[in-house]
Amino acid sequence: MKFDTPAGINPIDKGRVVGIPHDRIDGAAKVTGSAPYAYERHDAAPNAVYGWIVGSAIAKGRIAAMDLRAAEAAPGVLGIVTHANAGKLGKGSMNTAPLLGGPQVDHYEQAVALVIADTFENARDAAKLVRIDYTPEDGKYDLAAESLKGVMPPDSFGTPADTKAGDFEGGFAKAAVKIDQRYTTPDHSHAMMEPHATTAAWNGDRLTLWTSNQMIAWGVGEVARTLGIAKEKVRLVSPYIGGGFGSKLFLRADALLAALGAKQVGRPVKVAIARHQIPNNTTHRPATIQRIRIGADKDGVIDAIGHEVWSGDLPGGSPETAAQQTRLLYRGANRMTAHRLVTLNLPEGNAMRAPGEAVGLLALEVAMDELAEACGVDPVELRIRNDVQYDPEAGPQRPYSSRKLVECLRAGADRFGWDKRKAKPGQVRDGRWLVGMGVAAAFRNNLVGKSGARIGVDAQGKVIVETDMTDIGTGSYTIIGQTAAEMLGVPLDQVIVRLGDSRFPVSAGSGGQWGANSSTAGVYAAAMALRAKLAEKAGYPADKAQFDDGLVKFDNKSQTLAALAGREGLWAEDSMEYGDLDKRYAQATFGAHFCEVGVDIDTAEVRVRRMGGAFAAGRILNPKSARSQVIGAMTMGVGAALMESLEVDTRFGFFVNHDMAEYVVPVHADIPQQDVLFIDELDDKSSPMKAKGVGELGICGAGAAVANAIYNATGIRLRDYPLTIDKLLKAQAA
Amino acid sequence: MKAFTYERASTVEAAAKAAASVQGARFIAGGTNLLDLMKLQIETPTHLIDVNHLGLDRIEKTANGGLKIGALVRNTDLAADKSVRQDYAVLSRALLAGASGQLRNKATTGGNLLQRTRCPYFYDTRMPCNKRKAGSGCGAMQGMSRSLAILGVSDACIAQHPSDMAVAMRLLDAQVDTMGADGAARAIPIADFHLLPGDTPHRESALKPGEIITSVTLPKPVGGAHVYRKVRDRASYAFALVSVAAVFGKDGGARFAFGGIGAKPWRVEAADDAAKSGAKAVAEAALAGARTTHHNDFKKTLVERTLASLYRQQEARA
Ligand SMILES: Cc1cc2nc3c(=O)[nH]c(=O)nc-3n(C[C@H](O)[C@H](O)[C@H](O)COP(=O)(O)OP(=O)(O)OC[C@H]3O[C@@H](n4cnc5c(N)ncnc54)[C@H](O)[C@@H]3O)c2cc1C
Ligand code: SF4
Repeated sequence: MKFDTPAGINPIDKGRVVGIPHDRIDGAAKVTGSAPYAYERHDAAPNAVYGWIVGSAIAKGRIAAMDLRAAEAAPGVLGIVTHANAGKLGKGSMNTAPLLGGPQVDHYEQAVALVIADTFENARDAAKLVRIDYTPEDGKYDLAAESLKGVMPPDSFGTPADTKAGDFEGGFAKAAVKIDQRYTTPDHSHAMMEPHATTAAWNGDRLTLWTSNQMIAWGVGEVARTLGIAKEKVRLVSPYIGGGFGSKLFLRADALLAALGAKQVGRPVKVAIARHQIPNNTTHRPATIQRIRIGADKDGVIDAIGHEVWSGDLPGGSPETAAQQTRLLYRGANRMTAHRLVTLNLPEGNAMRAPGEAVGLLALEVAMDELAEACGVDPVELRIRNDVQYDPEAGPQRPYSSRKLVECLRAGADRFGWDKRKAKPGQVRDGRWLVGMGVAAAFRNNLVGKSGARIGVDAQGKVIVETDMTDIGTGSYTIIGQTAAEMLGVPLDQVIVRLGDSRFPVSAGSGGQWGANSSTAGVYAAAMALRAKLAEKAGYPADKAQFDDGLVKFDNKSQTLAALAGREGLWAEDSMEYGDLDKRYAQATFGAHFCEVGVDIDTAEVRVRRMGGAFAAGRILNPKSARSQVIGAMTMGVGAALMESLEVDTRFGFFVNHDMAEYVVPVHADIPQQDVLFIDELDDKSSPMKAKGVGELGICGAGAAVANAIYNATGIRLRDYPLTIDKLLKAQAA
Repeated sequence: MKAFTYERASTVEAAAKAAASVQGARFIAGGTNLLDLMKLQIETPTHLIDVNHLGLDRIEKTANGGLKIGALVRNTDLAADKSVRQDYAVLSRALLAGASGQLRNKATTGGNLLQRTRCPYFYDTRMPCNKRKAGSGCGAMQGMSRSLAILGVSDACIAQHPSDMAVAMRLLDAQVDTMGADGAARAIPIADFHLLPGDTPHRESALKPGEIITSVTLPKPVGGAHVYRKVRDRASYAFALVSVAAVFGKDGGARFAFGGIGAKPWRVEAADDAAKSGAKAVAEAALAGARTTHHNDFKKTLVERTLASLYRQQEARA
C-alpha cells in the first residue's frame, strides 16, 4: 500500500481501541521475569557456553603480540577468538570501527578477543590471562583542542551538513538585539538496563542470533556483510529488549563475537558486553561544542539565526547533527546552520535518543531564554512570536503537516502556573531554596519508513500479527495489537502479536521515534488486505463491509471472523510505503516543557521540584505508554541537564567513569511529579494512523527547561553541561 | 574472579587464626564491596573466610553508658536501632545517606569501615594505580580527580575514603574492637584505624594480618543536635562530594567530621575549636593543608558552604 495522499476517514478513526489507554500486553511477562531476554534463551540453545570479551587496553595503536597460552590452559576454556583466527571479516556499513579489532586498535575497549569457556566465571577469569603487547600510537582525544580542524562531513541521513537561507551575516549584523553564545554538551552513555547480549548458534551454514537489537533487518544485513555470508542464512530473533535508546540500532561486538565463537567451538555461545565495558566498547552520544547567534528586533522577533556545531568521531564516523532543529523551529529570513566533524580516537559516537535535537535544544532553548531576557519579553511569548507554520528554510511553499507549538506553549503554561513566575532572577525563596521556573520548546522531526506486517485470523477468530518490529520497552506490542484489533473489530485480548524475528515481514524497526507510526501503518496496510479477503470470502463488497464484535457485517447480514477464517485460517501481508508527502510538507512533533527547580542557597545543590509539559504528536495511539515514554524522556533530559557526562581522559583516550556507580543518571529521588498533557491532533499527512512519533520528543528541550529554571532561580547562566555543583559554585564566585 | 576456597568460620578465634595462616585469605561479610572487586580482579583472595555466622550481630549497651555494635550488624539494622536513633542520631543519618536500601541490607559495620576507594582508576585494571599495584603510578592525579580527596593525600595517592558511616563514627570517637590471630583482643581508636596513603597507599588500615573486627564501641552519647549533610551529584545513591557530620551543642560549641574530602574520615580538633566563630572559621581550620587538583578544588568552597548551610539550619531552629 502506498501512502501518497492525505488520509481520509478510515477504520482507525473509530477509536474503539486505538487512542484508549491500555496496559502493555507484554507487561506481565516483563515484570514477572518470564519474558526471555537474549542472554536467557536456555529454551532455544540449552547447551550454550559462555564468551567473555577482552577489550583493548589502549586507545590507538597496534597489537604487537598476543600470548594465549595461559588463557587456553585455564580451566574450562574451549576456545579463543582473535583477529588471527577469525578468518577474513568484512565490516558492516553502520559501525565505524571493526567490532573485532587487531592487529590495528581503533579505540579503548575495542574487542580484541573472545574467550569461550564452559562457565561464565571460567570465561571471565581466563580472559584476564590473555597477554597482549601493544605498540601504542598518539591519538586525538580532546574535542575543544581539535575543533579548529573540523571538516564539513558528508550528508547524514539525507540531510546536508550545512544549510543557508537569506543572508545570515548581513541580517545578524544589523539586528537590534544580538545573542552570540557558545554552549557545550559532554559525551553521554545510553545506560539502558539490559546490556548488549546475544546467544548464537550455527546449524550447518545457517546462523541464528537471539540478540537484543532494535533494527532486525539492518542487523541481518550487517551480520551477512561482516561474516561474508548470504542474508538468507542469517536469522535474528529479538522479541524482548531491555531498553536501547539507540545503542542497539546496529550490530555490535556481542553478536559478531558470539557468532564467531559459536563457529569456533561448534556449539552455541552467549556473550554479553559487561556493564563496565559498555561505555568504551559500544557507541555513545558525542560531545558537542555549539555556537548560536540570534539577531532579533527589540520585540524579540527573529530576523537572523545561526547555529554551528562541532563534534568528533573516529575516522569515517559521523557528526552529531545538533543544529537540525534550528533549521525548522523558529522564523527568521536570514539563516545558517553548519556541522563540523573532528577526528577523534575516542570510542565510536552514534545515535542516542533524539540524536541532534536532544543536545541541540540544550543550546538553542537556552539561547532563546537569553534572547527573551535581552528583549524583556516573556520566554513563552517570545516563542509564540517566533512561531512559523512552514519550513523557514524552504519558505511558505513547504508548510507543516501539522504544528501546534503555540497551543502546547499556551496550554502548558496554563497548567503549570507560569504566570506566577517572576521575570527577574533570584526573587523567590522557599526556606533554604532559591526557586525558579524555566520553559523550553520541544521539537523532534517526524520520520516515516516503509514497514510491513503479516496478519491472520485463525479458526478461533483470534487475530495474529507478525512483523519484525521490535519493542524496546516502548509498548510496540500493545499499539500493534490495538491497531489490529481496531481494524478487524475485535477486542485487544483477541489479538496475538509476534515481534522481532527476521522471519517476519520487514518493519521500520525502533529508532528515531519513527517506529510507532510506521509499524502500525504497516499493520494497517496488511489489515486492509485481510479485510478485503474476508469480505470477499463472505461475499460482501470490500468497501462496505463493517468489522465489529468479531463479525464481518453487511446490510443485515453478518458472519464471524472464525467461520470465515476456516480451519486453515486466512492471512494477508502488505507493507506501507510512502510517497513524497514528507517532502511536500515539513513533519515534526512539538511540545513545551516547564520546570521548577530549587537551588540550595549555600551548597548550590539543584533539585527539580515540578515538571510539566504539553505535547502534540498526532494521534496518541496509547496514551498510557505514550505518557511513559514522555516522562522517561523528561527524566533523561534532567540527567543531561544536571549530571550525565562521560569524562574523557585526554592522556589515555577513554571514558573514565565507565560504570553505573560513576556515570550518574537520575534516580527516583531526583524526579518529582511530572505532568504530561497531549494536545489533540490528527496528522493526515503522516500516515493513515494520523500519528507521529513520541518516543523521543520528551527529551527534546527538557534539559534546557531545567537550565533556564536554574537561571531564573539564581541569575547564574551556565552554558557547559552538565550543570553540576562545582560549576555553579565557580560561577557564583566569579 | 579468581578461583578461591571458602570456609565458614565457627568462632572468632578460628576465623582470625585461619586468616593469618592461609596466604591470601580474606574475611567476607556482606560482600558488597569485596565481591565487586573480585569480579574485576582488583582483589584476588585465594581463600574466603565467611564471618557472617559468628554471632557478631548484636547491639548492646556498655557498662559505661556507651554502645557496642557487633561487626556483622547490617547497616539497615544499625540505622534503625532505637538507641542509635535516640542517642547517636548522626550515625543513623549517615548510614541512611549511604548506598541504597538493598545494599544496606547486606552491608555490615566492619565491612563498611574497610570498604575501598571509589577512585575510577583504581577500578580499571589497565590504568596505573599505586594503591592497586604498588609503584605503577597514579592515574588520577593528572587525570579525572573530581571526586577524590584533598586532605591527607600524598604524592602517591589522592583517593578518598568513601564511607558515610565511618565519618559519623569518627565524629563520635568510636573505637574499633578486634581480635588478633593470637587470640588477643585490642581496641583501636577510630582516628588511628584508617591509615593515610603516604608511600604505601595499598595499606589502608591498622589491622594486622588475620586480625578481625569484632565490634565498634561508641562512648557515651554526645548531647546536642545531630546532623549529617551529604552533598552529591544526585539526590540519592551516590557517593559524597562533601559530607559533614556534626553535633551542635546548646552552648554554641560543636564538633565536626568530614567525608568525601579526606584520604580517611576527616576530623581536626582545630575545627571544633573554631565552632563558635562560624562556618568560615571551621572550614578554614578543617581544610588546613588541603591539596587540590584542578578538578577537585571546588571541594574547599563546598565544605564551607555545607557548613554554612548547617549553621543556617541551627539558627533557624534556635
Ligand atoms: C553501588 C554502591 C553504592 C554505594 N554507596 C555508598 C555510599 O553512598 N556510602 C557508603 O558509605 N557506602 C556506599 N557503598 C559501600 C557499601 O557501604 C560497602 O560496600 C559496604 O558497607 C561494605 O560492607 P560489606 O559487609 O558488604 O563488606 P565486604 O564487601 O564483605 O567486605 C569489605 C572488606 O572488609 C573486610 N571485612 C569485612 N568484615 C570484616 C571483619 N569483621 N573484620 C575484618 N575485616 C572485615 C573484607 O575482608 C573486605 O576487605 C556503596 C556500595 C555500592 C556497591
Ligand atoms: S588516587 Fe590512589 S587509588 Fe586513585 S589512581 Fe591514584 S593511586 Fe590509585
